[in-house]
Amino acid sequence: MNSQRREALKSAGAMGLFGALVAAGLITPEMAQAAWDKTAFDAKTMDEALKALGAGKPADSKDVQINAPDIAENGAVVPVGVKSTLPGTEFIAILIEKNPSMLAASFKLPEGTAADVSTRVKMGQTSNVFAVVKAGGSFYMSTKEIKVTLGGCGG
Amino acid sequence: MAAGPMRIRAASNGTETEVKILMSHDMETGQRKDAAGALIPAHHITEITATHNGRVVLAGQFGPAVSKNPYLQFKFKGGAKGDKVSVSWVDNKGDKRTDEVVVS
Repeated sequence: MNSQRREALKSAGAMGLFGALVAAGLITPEMAQAAWDKTAFDAKTMDEALKALGAGKPADSKDVQINAPDIAENGAVVPVGVKSTLPGTEFIAILIEKNPSMLAASFKLPEGTAADVSTRVKMGQTSNVFAVVKAGGSFYMSTKEIKVTLGGCGG
Repeated sequence: MAAGPMRIRAASNGTETEVKILMSHDMETGQRKDAAGALIPAHHITEITATHNGRVVLAGQFGPAVSKNPYLQFKFKGGAKGDKVSVSWVDNKGDKRTDEVVVS
């Protein structure tokens, strides 16, 4: 318990005012997470997820590229990169159609950050992977099917 | 489980800095069951923020579908050798961690 408190105080210094408020108990961890978009991450269908992201019906765009293998042997670790050449790309989301919740990750890109983000995701089964991108106030998307030989969700 | 330190690498090529992050986290989905058939509660990183000299260069949100020990790679303009890149995450149980690295 004591070491946890020490940890909290230490990170309070690193995280500035916000961390200090959490450490002081003014903001509980639950409140601090209000920024996490639960609706979007809980969405079970494409339409729900897009709606929660405020994306409506994104237009297909060749300027959004998904960099991922055609076949993933291990669904627990599927490398997925999204690159957009659209000017002013400010938001990137990775969605996996057949996962229990579609949205895997989303990124806000401040000016100066390249629209080129890579991460690794879990896939339960062979599925379409969507990259949704916001650029200049509009949403665009692109799709790639990734075949999974061994699922990464469930046990 | 106490999460270990992140492994962060930030390399500048003069105009851009490429950041690679390997976080240490279980990323439990909440879908798996343990040996007794009880559901293992979800435990995953929800938010991650990267800053360069105090300026936010990437703000990400993760769902449980991000792999265990998440990997993240991105690039931002600017950044010189000796600058500091700091990465923080928060998970759904309120645990958090911040690590800092010097741009090489």
